[in-house]
Amino acid sequence: MLAIRIARHLLSIAAIVLLGAFLSAVLVRSAPGFDTDEEQLDPRLSAASVSALRESHRQEHGLFRFYLSYLGHSLRGDLGVSRSLGQPVRGLLRDRVPATFRVVVTGLALGWLLALALGLTAALARTTAYDHATLIASGIFLCLPAAALALLSVLLNSPGYLGIALIVFPKVFRYMRNLLAKAYSLPHICTARAKGLSELRILGFHVLPVVAPELLALAGVSVSVAVGAAIPIETLCGIAGVGQLAWQAAIGRDLPLLVNITVLVTLVTLSANLGADVIGHILRSEGA
Amino acid sequence: MIRSLSSAFLLIVALFALFAGPLAPAHYTTQFREIPNAAPSRQHLMGTDDIGRDRFSRLLYGTRISLLLAPAAALLSTVLAALIGGLAGYLGGVWARCAMGFVDLFLSLPWLFLLIMVRGLLPLDISPVVSILITFLLLAILGWAASARILCAGASTLRQSGFLLQARASGISGIRLFAVHVLPNLRPILLAQFWISIPVFILSEANLGMLGLGVAEPMPSWGSLLREMEGMLSLSDGPWKLAPLVLLILVVSCFELALTKQEFAL
Repeated sequence: MLAIRIARHLLSIAAIVLLGAFLSAVLVRSAPGFDTDEEQLDPRLSAASVSALRESHRQEHGLFRFYLSYLGHSLRGDLGVSRSLGQPVRGLLRDRVPATFRVVVTGLALGWLLALALGLTAALARTTAYDHATLIASGIFLCLPAAALALLSVLLNSPGYLGIALIVFPKVFRYMRNLLAKAYSLPHICTARAKGLSELRILGFHVLPVVAPELLALAGVSVSVAVGAAIPIETLCGIAGVGQLAWQAAIGRDLPLLVNITVLVTLVTLSANLGADVIGHILRSEGA
Repeated sequence: MIRSLSSAFLLIVALFALFAGPLAPAHYTTQFREIPNAAPSRQHLMGTDDIGRDRFSRLLYGTRISLLLAPAAALLSTVLAALIGGLAGYLGGVWARCAMGFVDLFLSLPWLFLLIMVRGLLPLDISPVVSILITFLLLAILGWAASARILCAGASTLRQSGFLLQARASGISGIRLFAVHVLPNLRPILLAQFWISIPVFILSEANLGMLGLGVAEPMPSWGSLLREMEGMLSLSDGPWKLAPLVLLILVVSCFELALTKQEFAL
């Protein structure tokens, strides 16, 4: 049953990734100014050089040819050459992925820790003042654009991952708080409390198993939020990661780079959701 | 009480934005070249920017653009969601599966990533008015997917309802059934989605503007006004420059609070 579920998810991921890459290629190809190349306008170039340049880009001009050739090459590990940066895309991604991984993972971990700490204390304390204070704090961060948080990070000399943490925190906190409050009001937890079980035991054995599947689904979604926020955070904080590369690719209309980043981001977000779904399914099956 | 206050605040800000012309001390392009980067004074309530433009005037005009065009984009996005999601749910079967597959594709990419990618593909060297249209049209065209999924679920529930069966039995079919019986019953979801989209679009425009992909200069918007923060050395370096950020936080918070009220009213 689980194997079928995973296979179905993997098939759907493959279909979405292929379609996503194709649509991004369509968008770039049909974008105004795609055929214009600054190099071809250089008056120092001879007609033969301009013709050679056109020939070199011809493969990208035919959409299906580009896409099919891209798929064939990428299966062999060749992701093409960036038009704007003049470097192999594979090398660019290999250099940039670690920085983004560090920023996103640290930001996610910090955001979740903050949300968990505040969510748990809000659910346990059940005092109106504390509840309002945490809601206002998370509300302020929820109303801040990611780019503004990035600039505030720069102004306060704080690391970029803090910006991602503060973007993830309010979204996770609000959902988690409601989930925990609902779980703590369940009859069997009230009974456990009345029987004198410690709060730690109640949390570990009675509350977390109830909320775990939903928290896992939330974890999958929060990966997507963090990856999206990586673009403004890395661009404005000057972090040389994939987010900054994506922004450069968008500005430079760099077809090979843009398609590869789209595939990478789609793969990461869908895999995170797949992982969350599979673990959630296992937990639910064990619970049943 | 808080909800009434937030609605009142939104109304006041909207009125100020609507009457930006008579209320602003200067036009948003007028330069006071002798006093660039001036501190707040009686003449310039929030000082002047790097090229001597009155910050308060630019904030009023920028608020007008961001606050009035975000609801317009939200309206268009909700209409698209109603047509795609509502029709898919109403028709069901293979139509619903295809439409939801397309929605999945849209939602598999992070919203900000998708927005920046597509905006980057469009020309950047354009007139300010065209940049406004492109920015908000893009928000509307790319922002319908999440609403469409909810509307699809709502419409597919209605498809099984008794009154629709009766309407079909009475000989009403096709577009008329969808327009007269399905859409009016989706009104609460449509209204909620419309209200939810407004703060999302305001924040998205601010993000695009701060990355240089939003409304073009000299036209002000909250995004382009927030870009001024890039020139600040610290938070104490002219705290009045943070006025657009504070206003943005207040307006988006008020939308969130007013939204809850709206949901209760439905």
